Formats: sequence, C-alpha cells, structure tokens
Amino acid sequence: MTTADLATYNFAYLDEQTKRMIRRAILKAIAIPGYQVPFASREMPMPYGWGTGGVQVTAAILGPKDVLKVIDQGADDTTNAVSIRAFFQKVANVAVTTKTRAATIIQTRHRIPEEKLTSGQTLVYQVPIPEPLRFLEPRETETRKMHALEEYGLMHVKLYEDIARNGHIATTYAYPVKVEGRYVMDPSPTPKFDNPKMHMSEALQLFGAGREKRIYAVPPYTEVVSLDFEDHPFEIQTFDKPCALCGAQDVYLDEVVLDDRGGRMFVCSDTDHCEQRCASGHRGHLAHDKEAAE
Amino acid sequence: MPTPLVVSEVAKSFTMHLRDGLRLPVVSNVAFSVKAGECVVLGGPSGIGKSSLLKMVYGNYAVDSGQILIEHEGRVVDLAGADPRTILAVRRATLGYVSQFLRTVPRVAAVDVVAEPLLARGVAPAEARDAAEAMLDRLNLPRELWQLPPATFSGGEQQRVNIARGFITDHRILLLDEPTASLDATNRAVVVAMIAEKKAAGVALLGIFHDEDVRAKVADRIVDVSAFSPRKAA
Amino acid sequence: MTDAPLLKVRDISKFYGARIGCRNVSFDLWPGEVLAVVGESGSGKTTLLNCLATRLMPTSGSVEYRMRDGTMRDLARMSEAERRFLMRTDWGFVHQNPADGLRMAVSAGANVGERLMAVGERHYGNIRETAGDWLGRVEISADRIDDQPRAFSGGMRQRLQIARNLVTSPRLVFMDEPTGGLDVSVQARLLDLLRGLVQDLGLSAIVVTHDLAVARLLSHRMMVMKDGLVIEQGLTDRVLDDPREAYTQLLVSSILQV
Repeated sequence: MTTADLATYNFAYLDEQTKRMIRRAILKAIAIPGYQVPFASREMPMPYGWGTGGVQVTAAILGPKDVLKVIDQGADDTTNAVSIRAFFQKVANVAVTTKTRAATIIQTRHRIPEEKLTSGQTLVYQVPIPEPLRFLEPRETETRKMHALEEYGLMHVKLYEDIARNGHIATTYAYPVKVEGRYVMDPSPTPKFDNPKMHMSEALQLFGAGREKRIYAVPPYTEVVSLDFEDHPFEIQTFDKPCALCGAQDVYLDEVVLDDRGGRMFVCSDTDHCEQRCASGHRGHLAHDKEAAE
Repeated sequence: MPTPLVVSEVAKSFTMHLRDGLRLPVVSNVAFSVKAGECVVLGGPSGIGKSSLLKMVYGNYAVDSGQILIEHEGRVVDLAGADPRTILAVRRATLGYVSQFLRTVPRVAAVDVVAEPLLARGVAPAEARDAAEAMLDRLNLPRELWQLPPATFSGGEQQRVNIARGFITDHRILLLDEPTASLDATNRAVVVAMIAEKKAAGVALLGIFHDEDVRAKVADRIVDVSAFSPRKAA
Repeated sequence: MTDAPLLKVRDISKFYGARIGCRNVSFDLWPGEVLAVVGESGSGKTTLLNCLATRLMPTSGSVEYRMRDGTMRDLARMSEAERRFLMRTDWGFVHQNPADGLRMAVSAGANVGERLMAVGERHYGNIRETAGDWLGRVEISADRIDDQPRAFSGGMRQRLQIARNLVTSPRLVFMDEPTGGLDVSVQARLLDLLRGLVQDLGLSAIVVTHDLAVARLLSHRMMVMKDGLVIEQGLTDRVLDDPREAYTQLLVSSILQV
C-alpha cells in the first residue's frame, strides 16, 4: 500500500469530527458503566449486521501505533474478521495480528478470547441489539425509563419463563448481566460461557451497535454479575470432551461436522488459543490420530 | 329504660324529575322513639309510607329534614345527616335490618350469607358458621339447602335465610320489614319467639307486620304512620 | 378501620384544551372502602380515575395518599420512581381490556410473578408457588400456569389480571370497567370473586363502571358523574334506591328488569 492510496481516506476512514463525536460517547459510556449512550451512527461501507457499530468504535480509538486483532466467533480467519481486518489495514495502515497477547485493540463478534486480557488492551464488541429488555418491552420510551428507575423485574421474568419452559435457564448467549450493581446490560450475543471473563477484567470493554446507534462500556476492574435466581444460580456451559485438536479443557468449543455419517468433533472456538497450544506441544485426540496416520 | 332510637321532625318527599319534577310528599313531622326491649310496630294502610319510613331509619332513603338519632357505641349519631362511612359503621355494629326480599349474591352459599354479618364484626369464621347453622336449623331450612346459593330458593326459604341473617347478630336496634309475610304457621311461631328473645335481651325493635296475629303477639305499641301523612294534614 | 383516609382528593380538574375532562372533584377514600364512580361514556369517570392513579396529570387540584408509614404524600410532588414503585407494590390497576394490563406473550405464572420479581424476589420456587396460589384464588386451574394469556378466554384473562395486581397485597386498587366486555355469566363470576377478594383482603378500591349492578354489588359508596362533574354521591344503596338528581333517576330507571 502506498501513501497515495491512503490520501483518499482520512485515517481510519471516519472524519475527525465524527471520531470526536464517537469518542465523547465512549467517554460518557465509560463514566456510566453499562449505560447505553446514543450516538450519531454513520453509514459505513458494509451492511448493518456486519459490525458497523464495532467498526466505528474501533475507528474512533485506533491510533497509528495500535496493533489490531479482529475475531468472528473466536476465529481470525472467517469472512467478517478477515474483511474488517483488511478494511483497517487499508484505511489506517495499522499493524494487525492474530495473537491475543500482541493486540492492543481486539474487535470481536460474539466471543471473548480465552487468554486473559490485560491492562492496556481494549475489547470492542459488535452489538446487534443493545437493549436487554427489548424482547419483553417493545417501547423504547419505556425501556429507557426502566433503566433510569432501575426497574429490572422484567429481566427476571425472561429467566423465569426459561425455567418454566425448560426446567433450567436456557438462555445460552446474550445472557443479561448487571454492571457495577446498577445497569442491566446485554453482553452482545457472546456465549454465557464468556460472562465471567467480563467481571473485573483488566481490559477496557467497549460495545458498539451501529444500526441501533448505541455505545456502552465496561471500564477495567468493573463488577459484572450474571442475573439468576437463588435456586437456579448462573452456570456456564460445560463440555464433556476436551478440544479435539489441542486437548484444551475449560474453553468454549465449536462443534464441527466431519462427514455425513454423523462424524463430528469439538474444537476450540478461539483459533488463536488453539494454535498457541498446539505450537507448545498440546495435542487432542484427533491430532494424535492424525500424527499416527502420518 | 334507655331509648336507642329517636325519630323527630322527619320529613320526606320524592321529587320525580322524570315526570317534570313532580313532588310526592311521603311523610312529615314524624316523631316517635323506641326503647330498649320494646317492639314498636308501624301501622296504617298500605301506601302510607311505612316501608319508606323504615328505609329512612336504616339510611337507605334520604330525609329532607329532621333527625334520626341512634345510640351507637356510647354516643348519639344523627343518621339523617351522617356520612356514608358512619352509616355503614352504625349498620355493622348497632342497626340491623330484615328486608322483605333477599338481595342474593351469585355463588354465595346460604350459610355464608347468614354468617356474613358476624364475619364483618370480626367473629372467627368457624364460630360464625356454627351460629349460622344453628339459626338456619331453628328456622327449619332443610339442611341440604345450606350449602347452596339462595337465588333459586322459594320465597319462604329466601325469607328464612334473610331472617337468620338479620337475627344472628346482637345489634341493639333491629328493623323488620314484614319478616313473616311468606312463612307458614310453624316458622311464623319461630320468628315470634325470636322477636320475644330479642326483646328480653333489650333490643329495640321497629317493624311492619301485616299479619294481625303476629302483630298482636309482638307489638308493645303501634305508631300510626297515617298521622304523619302530609296528605292527611293537607 | 383506622382514623385517617387513605386517599385525599381535592378539587381535581382536568381540561383537554377548552374541553372539560372532569371538574372540581373532591372526596376522601378510607381504608377498606370501595367507591364506585358511575356515569355514561364521556362523563369524565375514566379521566378522573386516570388522574387519581397518576396515569394523567390533573390540570389542577391535589391527590394525597397515605403511605404505609402513615405519612400523607402529594402524588404530584412524588418522584416518578416513587410513583412507579407505588403503582407496582401498594396499588393495582385493573384495565377493562386485560391485554392492556397483562403481558400477553408471557406465561400466566410469570404474569403473576412479575411484581414479586420487581420488588426483589429472587427465588424461582417461591415465586412459582405464590403465583400458583394466586391462580387458585382467581379460579384458574394450576395446570394453566405455563400457558400464555393469549390462550385464555376473556373471563380468565380478566381474572389473571386481577391476580397479577393483587399478588403484592396492594392497599388500593383502581378498576376501569372490570367486567366490561364479558358475558353476563362470566361477569357474575368475576364480580363475586372480586367482592370476596375485596372483603377478605380489606382492600380499598375505586371502581369505574357504567353498570349500576356492579356498583351495587361491589361498592360501599358511589359518585355519579355527568359532563365532568360529580352530581350526586352517597351510600351506594341510598343513591340507587332513593336517587335525588334527575340524571341519577334517569340512570336508575333505565336499568332493564329481568
């Protein structure tokens, strides 16, 4: 890429006034953890649902020295991740990485990396529907009031319905949390497996919803508690088997269908984590089989 | 002898707005009193206003002027000018009423209709029910009817439920509007006995009885309502 | 009965532009008392109810409510948070159309349990048990607890709405034509149920209705409204049996005798 290509765009695509506006929204969001700050979301060169909110947040905080990682469902190599990463390479000429540890900004769709994030890192979530109360209360005026007055009984109505129908809380993703004892927040459609990682995280967590024009945040070292009932406490998903490739336990696994005869395997959803483990000599049962075959 | 009910200078008329404001005088200058342990019977031809007078004493009809003084919980209340809340309190504790017809409530069993005034005064449910059953038993209401709502009962059966409900409490004043009208001789005798017991217990009774035989047995005094009729005075 | 009114209403007026909703309405409501507000459509009775229940801001006048700690509070001077808290704990509001007062896409159990969860109840088993009890009290069979009100008949929906309102043991319940739109037989059952509940729980209630039979059965006291004004009020049986005003006489004489 040459400087001539860059000249067609402002750094990180958005103009400076827009970035300033978004940064103001981000600052307000950080000041009021879990509160949804409205912002003047711009049209981006990608369709809604492809991460326009996350991209705008990333564009507003990105500096020339940042190292960017983009994941989609934990993977660095899926369409959404690849295209957003390429976008910022093109419009900001920033360094990119797939390594969690090496990144200063990680934009994510629907996962939190397995590796513990550290101070100085920022995790940017792409959010489709920021309002956790939306499916129970369609009126925006009413949900805003409910947040303002801390009327969150309705959130438990949803969990009650889960238990009444399924015998347990069947919500497995976008599992509602309460931030710093005040605002109830939708953690975006991450699996509830990742909810505990948000609690007291050293990294700054920013959430951008482009179509709904909302930004919210969880600053570092903030209390994030998953809602539950006394007799049906919050639990994360567990997996019977370790990752088929790297043998990791206590990580979130994706199911991969191997053939049309019912063959399947479970592998790390976080591809970087899996590769790191494989590189340092960990092996799952499929990796053993493969090596044995070779 | 205490006099728990005093009616004085009471006048009442109906204004029929639907008939161009036609004014129908009912009674005027009503004055009488009822002592404790006494049964006063309102007399006079039908249509003279006996029933209306009874309803005024109960607070069911408003009066144009005058006083209806009732001794209620150690003080005297003028029912003619009392607010609804006071009237209800007086009815609950002091002033009972046996109307000619039972206003039935759907789905409430006869025994519960009878027990209700006791419950309203805070009597324990089991105790109230026992008392209600004893009353119904005494009035010879067939046991198989007790658990049924009285809406489908015959006139006489309904009236007995009504009497049981009116007599179950220890109200100091009891108003009776033809309580024996649709009863057979046996049950009339029961009611006469019950009235006698109330008198012995010091209750002041004011009633309308068309049955001369019953009237003769219960009345201590007859107040002729036609004396208060404005038409006569005019 | 205690010696202080639960609700003190003074000179409540509500104007819609130049048109009158209701004018100069004053009364006290005492604990355990049921007040019926009757009148034809457009007489201002629903406007009055909404002004009292803080669903509408009156143009002038004041409504004071005696809180559980005994202090009288002017509703208009309360914060919205306090008012809303009051509405979902100490008060109930029964809408004519149950769909306005229920969450139609949420099970019967959760509809009843919502208020409990709103005041911080966090034990699923307890919430469900309480909801089950209340369904029983309003005569909805226990096996319907996980059904949505969409699958219920009109009468059942209305009973569910009542259970949803009463689960937090409110002290004051507002009802807007609670039996409107129901079959006569269903009405009778609902009325009897309401009557029993009001009596057992010692509720105070303000019932707006155009049905004088509802007023007779449920209320101790009634107000007759016409053109936004209260034209007659008093003990329910007195107003119905000895109506004084021309309009009240017309209303009473218009009842069809069966």
